[in-house]
Amino acid sequence: MHDSPMAPPRSFLWVRRVFLTLLTGFVLIPVYVMVSSSLKPLADVTGKFRWLPSGLTLRPYIDIWSTVPLARYFVNSLIVAGAATLCSVVVAVFAAYAVSRYDFRGKRVFTVTVLSTQMFPGILFLLPLFLLYVNIGNATGIALFGSRGGLILTYLTFSLPFSIWMLIGYLDSVPRDLDEAALVDGCGPLGALFRIVVPAAVPGIVAVAVYAFMTAWGEVLFASVMTDDTTRTLAVGLQGYSTLNNVYWNQIMAASLVVSVPVVAGFLLLQRYLVAGLTAGAVK
Amino acid sequence: MTTTALQEPVRGTPSGAPAARRPRRRTGRAHRALLPYLLLLPALLLELLVHLVPMVIGVMMSFKELVQIYIRDWSSAPWSGLGNYRMTVDFHAPVGAALLHSFLVTVGFTLLSVALCWLIGTAAALFLQDTFRGRGLLRALFLVPYALPVYAAVITWVFMFQHDNGLVNHVLHDQLHLTDKPAFWLIGDNSFYALLTVSVWKGWPFAFLVVTAGLQNIPGELYEAAALDGAGMWQRIARITLPSLRPVNQVLVLVLFLWTFNDFNTPYVLFGRAAPDAADLVSVHIYQASFVTWNFGTGSAMSVLLLLFLLVVTGAYLLITSRGRRGADA
Repeated sequence: MHDSPMAPPRSFLWVRRVFLTLLTGFVLIPVYVMVSSSLKPLADVTGKFRWLPSGLTLRPYIDIWSTVPLARYFVNSLIVAGAATLCSVVVAVFAAYAVSRYDFRGKRVFTVTVLSTQMFPGILFLLPLFLLYVNIGNATGIALFGSRGGLILTYLTFSLPFSIWMLIGYLDSVPRDLDEAALVDGCGPLGALFRIVVPAAVPGIVAVAVYAFMTAWGEVLFASVMTDDTTRTLAVGLQGYSTLNNVYWNQIMAASLVVSVPVVAGFLLLQRYLVAGLTAGAVK
Repeated sequence: MTTTALQEPVRGTPSGAPAARRPRRRTGRAHRALLPYLLLLPALLLELLVHLVPMVIGVMMSFKELVQIYIRDWSSAPWSGLGNYRMTVDFHAPVGAALLHSFLVTVGFTLLSVALCWLIGTAAALFLQDTFRGRGLLRALFLVPYALPVYAAVITWVFMFQHDNGLVNHVLHDQLHLTDKPAFWLIGDNSFYALLTVSVWKGWPFAFLVVTAGLQNIPGELYEAAALDGAGMWQRIARITLPSLRPVNQVLVLVLFLWTFNDFNTPYVLFGRAAPDAADLVSVHIYQASFVTWNFGTGSAMSVLLLLFLLVVTGAYLLITSRGRRGADA
């Protein structure tokens, strides 16, 4: 057994087996509940919990679209999260490029300020931002409060600090010789950024985009205050199933699964970029 | 690390630019001086609008008597001096006592949650370090709780914690007979453990992800050298892996702490607007104090106090851990 000194001893293998089995159970049980309950008839989820459904039905997946306007919430979430992600990535790339490649006054102040906003409780911004958007709306007629635009603006700023921070680290790991060569060849700084640095930093950029999208897709606090009936996102809309007199748990689980699939699938497909991005960027 | 990126000398300056570029140099230099600011402008404007200006407004609001009638035109609300603060830190009166209770619950909850998340995440990352059959699948599975949208995950837990038709009572009471009668999980004292369970379930994969990334930066030769010296697996983990992860852990623990402490989404979806006393986290508490009573002045004063607390804790944490690191590096 112990042919090499690097081979793990038996005790290690046993601890590993037990630990990983327990952990897999802990992780998977809610996922199992979500999937199995979404396929159960209503009687199965209103009575005592059962591990195995008495019968399988796809009915909940049809009903979720009519019980609450789920399609509208879905479109709203898609627009808000998509736009916030796109803007956030572009803004973060510019800012990270400036910090990574140039020396300028106020650089340290900028990075420290941006990073320290990470520690502020969201509730601290909620009230003033609420007032600010309402007052901007009154003064200029630009409806930020209750509109998708206001939510996009808010979410893109939420993911900015972490995105900039991670990208600075990532851009630092892209050799400077590459873009300096491009500058010498007559590319402008922006040309060097888009032709050389951005393509070399794709893993970092993908990681940041995944993070920004997940932040916007899952946010509850600001969505619950800053949206109205027409702009409501999934985060708030999903609660519509449980405020009814009958709690349709099978539909709630079906809807939760439907809104989770796009992000979980995207996340798992892109997770190696995330690890690569973290390795090069944040964790140095 | 944050600071390495900041302190690094900038090698991109054109001091060594070749002579061929000299004719373009003068306009180039003016351009170069402005360019970084132009690149930063969008980020700066957004940070100003969404973070910094609201923060200043928030601090100002905390000195005002900002009740519902002034919301449309908040600047006309009368100043109240330190009135809001006096009310929030008067721990003998109901408002202050409730805030203090909520604060203590939050501190206890955060410490437990961060410790468990870190422990599980680090252990999982260490155990998945060597290749074995099924490792890729496990790694993907473990990230699912983190990838799930908060509300979808937490709603599932709400279902599992239901008194009559939930999985938790079915297993603990009906199948294992551990409790005399089915327990209530989302109201009363048990709600603290319910919240902790959900928070750890959602949070540990982030620690796992970061530690996994950190492990890839530890050179393999270190392990080989230790193995040749006769160090066993457990010793290698204790003597090489954990010390090498120190810089990663410094940031990870801080970020976990701040995120957990400020978490609003989990308790809000788990309990709705009225959190039970045992799980009355401070962010939900402030939300309730502000939007249920529409008294934004007190809510702001509470937020400012919370921010001050987090500033002090973060500062002290960075000071202590950085000094420890410098000592260890020397």
